[in-house]
Amino acid sequence: MATTKSDSMPQSVYFEDVSIGDKLPDLVKNPDTRQLVMYAGASQDFVAIHYDQNVAQEAGHPTVIIHGALKSAWLGELVTSWMGTKGRLLELDVSYRAIDFPNAKATCVGKITDARIEHGVGIVEIEIGLLNADGVVSTPGRALVSLPTREIV
Amino acid sequence: MTTSASSGDTVTTDELNAFIGLESIPVTYDIERHAVERFAAAIGDFNPLYSDREVAESTSYGGLIAPPTFFRSLLPGEYPNDYPEPFAHILDGGSKYRFNEPVRVGDQITVVRKITNLFEKHGRMGTMLFKVSEISYTNQTGHLVATQTTTTITYGTGEKDSGVGDH
Repeated sequence: MATTKSDSMPQSVYFEDVSIGDKLPDLVKNPDTRQLVMYAGASQDFVAIHYDQNVAQEAGHPTVIIHGALKSAWLGELVTSWMGTKGRLLELDVSYRAIDFPNAKATCVGKITDARIEHGVGIVEIEIGLLNADGVVSTPGRALVSLPTREIV
Repeated sequence: MTTSASSGDTVTTDELNAFIGLESIPVTYDIERHAVERFAAAIGDFNPLYSDREVAESTSYGGLIAPPTFFRSLLPGEYPNDYPEPFAHILDGGSKYRFNEPVRVGDQITVVRKITNLFEKHGRMGTMLFKVSEISYTNQTGHLVATQTTTTITYGTGEKDSGVGDH
């Protein structure tokens, strides 16, 4: 399997707990071709370059390529699993700068670039990215979340 | 099955540009528990908010919700006219999501896609067509729960990839 199952409910992060420059815990994925097929079915994305070796090779790739949208799903998980159930994901921007392949480690990373209070709510901006096995950011992005404050407003 | 576009040609013709601003035929999806579960399993996200009703009910969400990028599985409908895709191959450039409300199991979500920009670039792979689309997701109470702005890039001639028209 590509990932191990965990039933743990993420703990909530409060605005007071975060500082600009803080890093989110890395989220490591080891996708296999089975996961790509599962994602194709679940997302209805049947572009053949994600499951047909011949099509991928004709396009000049050594093997099938990971769906960009699967990478954005992992970057979403990076943020939502960190923020917990009281946070809300407001914005998620992802650009696919380079192609990634299965059977290689992919690491999702995040760093807080801004934290401010707007209308009594904590707003936190996070620079996110997916690093390939060589440590190169193939998929940069950003996320905006709201976090609860401990103070009763 | 084949196309006549060749590199160097302008592909952003009046016929194609007429699709800017045109909305796809709305499609409404029932958000089913098992579809959400399957999507969460496919992305490998085992957050109980997506699969464990009892746990989800104990949170501020009050019930099962879908992962943020579950919207990818809610394919927009066709345009009223056939979109004249000039190229054979497709690349996903990226997405920008804006989330207003979570999607809950049991919701009905109506999906409409609108092309907001079409432009071409000339590079290593010949002429490439960039298509920027804004997809809106509206729930059964009329609230716009989210938007997704996508950039897709098409290029190259020959036999069309399966799925090239879906995005």
